Amino acid sequence: MKPAPFAYLLPSTVDEAAEMLAATGGKVLAGGQSLIPLMSMRLAAPPALVDINRVGGITDIEVGDDAVRVGALVRHAALEAHAPAYDANPLLRRALRHVAHATIRNRGTTVGSIVHADPAGEMPAVLRLLGGSVEAVSQARGRRSIDAADFFVGPLESALGEDEIAVGVVFPRPPAGSGSSWLEISRRRGDYALVGVGAVVTLDSDRNVIGAAVSLISVGATPVHVDVGHVGADSAYDDVDWSGATELVDAAISPEADIHATADYRRHLAQVLTRRALAEATADAAPRVAA
Amino acid sequence: MTPEPLHEVTLTVNHVPHQLRLPARRLLSDALRHDVRLTGTHVGCEHGVCGACTVLLDGQPIRSCLMFAVTADGASITTTEGCLEPDGELGAVQEAFHDCHALQCGFCTPGFITTITAYLETHPNPSEQQAREAIGGNLCRCTGYQNIVAAVLRAAEIKRERSAP
Repeated sequence: MKPAPFAYLLPSTVDEAAEMLAATGGKVLAGGQSLIPLMSMRLAAPPALVDINRVGGITDIEVGDDAVRVGALVRHAALEAHAPAYDANPLLRRALRHVAHATIRNRGTTVGSIVHADPAGEMPAVLRLLGGSVEAVSQARGRRSIDAADFFVGPLESALGEDEIAVGVVFPRPPAGSGSSWLEISRRRGDYALVGVGAVVTLDSDRNVIGAAVSLISVGATPVHVDVGHVGADSAYDDVDWSGATELVDAAISPEADIHATADYRRHLAQVLTRRALAEATADAAPRVAA
Repeated sequence: MTPEPLHEVTLTVNHVPHQLRLPARRLLSDALRHDVRLTGTHVGCEHGVCGACTVLLDGQPIRSCLMFAVTADGASITTTEGCLEPDGELGAVQEAFHDCHALQCGFCTPGFITTITAYLETHPNPSEQQAREAIGGNLCRCTGYQNIVAAVLRAAEIKRERSAP
């Protein structure tokens, strides 16, 4: 239960970090809340760790008109507590409250959990649901932006190159008149979700549904994103029948059985939580429509 | 085999600075126990699940088994040994654990003491439900948690009594 030896590198700039990463074939260490247990269990033994905790310029939460941008060193707890980020995009806090325990959130970073690409992770699904992107920097390719739709490749596998550092993520604001919800069920508070569902529903000025989507966790190799807008299309916010959405979700997911739940139970949860999350997001949207 | 390189690390633990030379892979939990020689911090699962090794990093609870000591260079750490009153008397949380019989074997207790000490700084008057939430990340296999929840509430009470003029 002790990590294998590794070369420890402590850059002070992003460029320096990218150079070290390319030279060593190591891994980036930010919060370490997923990487360090993997190393302690000897499931990972990187030759080098590039500790970015002293790198400048990647510590900020920027709330803009169109998006909330989160730097690579922003801890979950800081984003969760950030009032302007909550006002701009309440889904962030709603989902972050389910990320592990408060103690883990004090150290773990939101960008790190997205790069970790755990199919049971909340924030990858939130990024996917909002149509966000990851900003990556490498020595070879410079800076590039990767859409969430292309970012999650498989369990613990992302489109990020081995020599690339994710320096930030961008969570776009949903359109005006949108509401959101995050629901999940776990065996114990703070445990991995058996199933989790995020929903965003958008209403027009007459409070009829004009858009809806869900992203689910723990039911596939990556976050499972399903556009269900046409199910509720043109229905009044207080008279939407979301049952068609649960069928679409059921067709899209591929849950597996494990010690915590059978695949059938996960299917059941996915349907129930999808219905509830869409109803909650619809109710959340209604008062946000400008009168 | 070449010996592992050592790194100079300064940790201020319970207000006392320690200059250490450590391999990069030394977990903060092991640095506290083996190098600083404060064995109050207990190591349970060593992968962030049990909460026994929780310490305060610049006042915030973190898992000391999920941080390398080199990353904590320059930081201020509070362990359960540091959760005392300035005069050396038991801290409010420690006193409350004593009052409420909130431990049996005691292995998990250091993680609870640090977690609750930090929690009460920001939540001085928790409800029972909030008290349960606050300790949600710490496992105890003896008590059934009832007395620990009672101790959270009692600690809040003791803090108020002690700060009363």
